[in-house]
Amino acid sequence: MTTSEGTLITPADFTGAGSSGDVSERGKFGVFGGRYVPEALIPALDEVAAEYEKARNDLAFIREFDHLLRTYAGRPTTLTDVPRFAEQAGGARVVLKREDLTHTGAHKINNVLGQALLTKRLGKKRVIAETGAGQHGVATATAAALMGLECVIYMGAVDCERQALNVARMKLLGATVVPVTNGSQTLKDAINEAFRDWVTNVDSTHYLFGTVAGPYPFPGIVRDFARIIGVEARRQMLELTGRLPDAVCAAVGGGSNAIGIMHAFIGDESVQLHGYEAGGRGLETGEHALTLTAGSVGVLHGARTYVLQDDEGQTIESHSISAGLDYPGVGPEHAWLKDSGRATYHGITDAEAMDAFALLARTEGIIPAIESSHALAGALKLGRELGPDATILVNLSGRGDKDMGTAMKYFNL
Amino acid sequence: MTTLATVFEKARAENRAALVGYLPAGFPTIDGAIAAATAMVEAGCDVIEIGLPYSDPLMDGPTIQDAVHRALENGTRIGDVMRTVEGVAKSGAATLVMTYWNPIDRYGAERFARDLADAGGVGTITPDLTPEEAAPWIEASASAGIDTVFLVAPSSTEERIGVVAQCCTGFVYAASLMGVTGARSSVGAAAEGLVERTRPHTKLPVCVGLGVGTGAQAAEVAAYADGVIVGSAFIRRLLDAPNEREGLQSVRELAAELADGVRRR
Repeated sequence: MTTSEGTLITPADFTGAGSSGDVSERGKFGVFGGRYVPEALIPALDEVAAEYEKARNDLAFIREFDHLLRTYAGRPTTLTDVPRFAEQAGGARVVLKREDLTHTGAHKINNVLGQALLTKRLGKKRVIAETGAGQHGVATATAAALMGLECVIYMGAVDCERQALNVARMKLLGATVVPVTNGSQTLKDAINEAFRDWVTNVDSTHYLFGTVAGPYPFPGIVRDFARIIGVEARRQMLELTGRLPDAVCAAVGGGSNAIGIMHAFIGDESVQLHGYEAGGRGLETGEHALTLTAGSVGVLHGARTYVLQDDEGQTIESHSISAGLDYPGVGPEHAWLKDSGRATYHGITDAEAMDAFALLARTEGIIPAIESSHALAGALKLGRELGPDATILVNLSGRGDKDMGTAMKYFNL
Repeated sequence: MTTLATVFEKARAENRAALVGYLPAGFPTIDGAIAAATAMVEAGCDVIEIGLPYSDPLMDGPTIQDAVHRALENGTRIGDVMRTVEGVAKSGAATLVMTYWNPIDRYGAERFARDLADAGGVGTITPDLTPEEAAPWIEASASAGIDTVFLVAPSSTEERIGVVAQCCTGFVYAASLMGVTGARSSVGAAAEGLVERTRPHTKLPVCVGLGVGTGAQAAEVAAYADGVIVGSAFIRRLLDAPNEREGLQSVRELAAELADGVRRR
């Protein structure tokens, strides 16, 4: 599964920019994206954009990233057919992309390794990051330990509690974890606090943004580093099944695992792209994270995108059983994919996600992250619609060890 | 109605800097904010910025976050912000709204500019609206006859200062330091240099904010800037006061101290 270069990825694979289906122009995806940030951060964002532009055209950088992906992150990750699970999906063939098998247990490591290398190129010694489920925080702390960078992680106090295991992992890896006690005490407030740190310490610090949201250039950079998921999966599907899948399914919070697996398929018109947002307790209860499904266009965390907001632009707090999807915004490229009709977004309730979580564990011996379980639940529904001839590729974006506390409570284990 | 132009003209004639005070609408209450801002004007503030409370104030430090959170808990709406502007403008100060972009975006740029002008407001300060995204707002503001103030920062390049200054009317807001709002023990060392770097790009007054909280600091800044902006220090006085009456008295004292400072340039 390597190219003639002996690498997993070629320069052309590596970057989403200029690839088929790419619409980004200085961080604009149609009307979405852009930059809505304090002027103080503009030079830093320009610096990151310029350095990334150099890096992505530098074969030495790509080789170094590729080397880390293979020898540290454990890429390529395998595909797994899940026929016993798929019996509940109308008999459609369901194939999982096993990002749960990467080092640290989730797809987040891909972006983090890329941005940590970028941090070194920028000559910065300190990284900060926000985290919801803790997976991006763990991945950032891991890369910081590997590369000798100081690391501070901002995490909502509510999330610190429901993801205590990940807090301990980050601390063990040498990171400082700062619980954020203002606002809803979840991911959006952690992002606010990380921005406040960045504007104060921008000379020494890179904000290692964890998802495809935020101001330009983050949505494009994070997308490109996550894009390996879909590049690999596309080749592997052709090898395994002899054709492209009929549909690609992924969970959407900020949207990095989803864009990671979808992007390489955007130019393949026969492939349906489905994103699954957290429906929480259900749309009608108001306790959900259905940003694309039920939100409206606005500005949050530096970009124009869909936002859960009231009639005066105040952000509405989201809810999900899964910390990683509990976010009232979404990456601007997803906003564009939705409006252009190229991708379709749906809601999956807490209960549906937990059912899929348990089903995959019992039928296939794989405990998925609750985030990924939203995509699994989506695949169950989609399979019943598409029928037994369909092949569905699901991004199993992370493993569920971190969610055992939630599962114990939910299932009375 | 007092405009920014007349404020700075008057200050220049008196060989002093203008004093700009900030308070969020709805804090400690809607009427309380109007009373506090009016007290600030009576004690020497030339310009008042009324903050529009927003759920995700990522440029603000703990003091303003706290005040804004309380204002939102009090149910403060954009209509209340407009009523606050109307109330404060009656005191004779040039009254601006300081707001993150999303509330204007959602309310509608033209409607917001028109409603603000109707309330007697003279302009806005929009700390997260970059020049690249500002065209609709500049246009709407020009139609409504209100000023648009944007920020430059110590990290801004010459080119960037030029771009931002081009978008400004009224004055240019120079952030004294790299960081969030909040009083500091000293004003950022970069402030004076930033004001100097900004001058060649604009004929507008240049005001300095972030981290200013005492009369001595106001005097220091007044030596090189056309205006001194103080926010968190006023809020701190209100937060620390045991009751509203003493809060008003404390705010009045601070405004007087700062007003004295801007005259000691």
